[in-house]
Amino acid sequence: MTTPGAPLIEVENLEKDYPTGAGVFQALRGVSLRIAEGEFVAIMGASGSGKSTFMNLLGCLDRPTRGSYHLDGQDVGRLSSDQLAALRNREIGFVFQGFNLLPKLTALDNVALPLMYAGIGREARRRQAQAMLERVGLGERSHHTPLQLSGGQQQRVAIARALATRPRIIFADEPTGNLDSETSRQVMDLFSQLNREEGITLVLVTHEADIAAYARRCIRFQDGRVIEDVAQAEVAA
Amino acid sequence: MIFTSLFETAWHALTTHRMRSFLTMLGMVIGVAAVILMLAIGQGAQAMVRSSIESMGSNLFIIMSGAVSSGGARVATGDAPSLTFDDADAIRDLPDIMASAPVSPGGAQLIYGGVNWNTSVYGTTPDYAVVRNWSMASGSFFSDADVRRGARVAVIGGVVARELFGDEDPVGKIIRIKQAPFEVIGVLASKGQSLDGRDQDDTVLVPISSAQQKIFSNTLRNRARFIMVQAVSEKRMDAAEASINDLLRSRHRIGLGQDDDFTVRNLTALAETAASTTRIMSLLLGAIAAISLVVGGIGIMNIMLVSVTERTREIGIRMAIGARRRDVLWQFLIEALTLSLIGCGIGLLFGIGGAWLVERLAGLPVAVTPASVLMAVGVSFLIGVFFGFYPARRAAGLDPIDALRSQ
Ligand SMILES: Nc1ncnc2c1ncn2[C@@H]1O[C@H](COP(=O)(O)OP(=O)(O)O)[C@@H](O)[C@H]1O
Ligand SMILES: [Mg+2]
Repeated sequence: MTTPGAPLIEVENLEKDYPTGAGVFQALRGVSLRIAEGEFVAIMGASGSGKSTFMNLLGCLDRPTRGSYHLDGQDVGRLSSDQLAALRNREIGFVFQGFNLLPKLTALDNVALPLMYAGIGREARRRQAQAMLERVGLGERSHHTPLQLSGGQQQRVAIARALATRPRIIFADEPTGNLDSETSRQVMDLFSQLNREEGITLVLVTHEADIAAYARRCIRFQDGRVIEDVAQAEVAA
Repeated sequence: MIFTSLFETAWHALTTHRMRSFLTMLGMVIGVAAVILMLAIGQGAQAMVRSSIESMGSNLFIIMSGAVSSGGARVATGDAPSLTFDDADAIRDLPDIMASAPVSPGGAQLIYGGVNWNTSVYGTTPDYAVVRNWSMASGSFFSDADVRRGARVAVIGGVVARELFGDEDPVGKIIRIKQAPFEVIGVLASKGQSLDGRDQDDTVLVPISSAQQKIFSNTLRNRARFIMVQAVSEKRMDAAEASINDLLRSRHRIGLGQDDDFTVRNLTALAETAASTTRIMSLLLGAIAAISLVVGGIGIMNIMLVSVTERTREIGIRMAIGARRRDVLWQFLIEALTLSLIGCGIGLLFGIGGAWLVERLAGLPVAVTPASVLMAVGVSFLIGVFFGFYPARRAAGLDPIDALRSQ
């Protein structure tokens, strides 16, 4: 557990350069911020402002060019690729805009996949995956493949997958970007419930104000920098 | 990660691309089937040669009348063979010699009742049975006394017995060989094919004296086309050959610098040459088949590379949810191994079935040995690992974010 008051996430002068045909492009130009355990943070900003780049760094999918990232007190930059994989497996759940489910697997097998990499036996992981699908309201659909599910259902399967190993943090990059407003609302209700009832730390990218309104803190990006970081009142779900 | 999960994952991936998996395996199937079939044919040939050599008798020389020119062709030395019965007896008295039998070969028609049969007839002495290590199925071989008095007795091979007598017992019956009546006194035990492919059971042995008087022309009297000689042991073969040469040169009064009028051949050495030729042939067959196995392995690598490229995004997703590099490596390696081993299994069935068909339809002797099956499985495993490793390592080396961004 984190020592009281110490941030779960702490980034310092984080920079990310992308090599392009015309030299390097600086997608992040020095981002410093802290997120405590249990927070619900929305990240907003125009397209191309570096939100996804930032999320990929937080989610340990990518490494920063410069700057440091401490997750739960650990310097992520010093971890081996196996240790990063273990972090992604157990500490972090990632939810993508495009769901990123494996199309040939059933919902149940998709949700069970992180448990497989956690070394959990077949029966146990199927049981836990089924429970997680029920948790997101898709207990009846566990044997459907992603193509047999609606967008909102697919995203809820993806959330169940992110939750499967019971991580402390969920990063979601525009999770409602491909959903209509009604299903968006269902997904957001699920997120805020997870945050409120289970204390899961949530960092969520969106460019829709009504989605950001679910969060209690809003960070605004522009040209690879944080230009605004404000607390906001929680909307009643 | 749990090992059975790896197999589940591999199995799932292979069954969702059935056609592709099947085509990839086909290379292995053909390769393994070819290896099994070729080895079966090669080893069958080897086994046949081995049993022919065993049936020939051991530590054998054949001494032929007439010289052999450097080119290998026999030089005619007049009509009459140069070797005599006395030569054969003198050779038997040499220290390194066990037995020595003069032989007068020819063909003749046999008649029994209404049946006739053409076969090869050998006039020889009882030593022939010793030299050829030939035992009796029934009755007995003729004796030296039979040879001395030119008795009209015959010992017949199994094929002759079957053709002339069917189920009847031949011993004691009279057959006609070129019209002359001979009493059958024994039936030879079966030997099967000789090295040159002749059926050794399709033969009649008679005393050499009777053969020359009653079957072949009289001009051959007391002379033999060839003498079959058995040395006392393999170690004494060289010494025996030298003493035979010395003996015959002095008996035939061949002076220094004059050509021999006989030729000594070490049959056991010739047989070993035949055996090693067969061995090389079967190795070559196996090697050619092994090439097709390697081609099958390259097919696996090819498809695995395509598969890794196609599934880059899947790899990214797996890494994003916690797959380590080695999990991805194992996933693809086990897919390759599963392909190669299932291909191997099917190939084994086809190879063994093919060998059976070859034996049935072409009449070739085949031998599918446990060693060749084990080898095929082992090689397929190695091929799976070898050709699966590169694509698997490529998959495992992907960066999670790059893999996720693909497509
Ligand atoms: N792999 C990449 N290579 C080069 N440029 C990139 C790459 N990924 C993102 N970028 C650039 O970096 C900037 C930030 O991208 P991104 O983080 O995806 O923005 P956002 O998610 O806020 O829309 C954009 O201008 C984008 O074109
Ligand atoms: Mg983005």
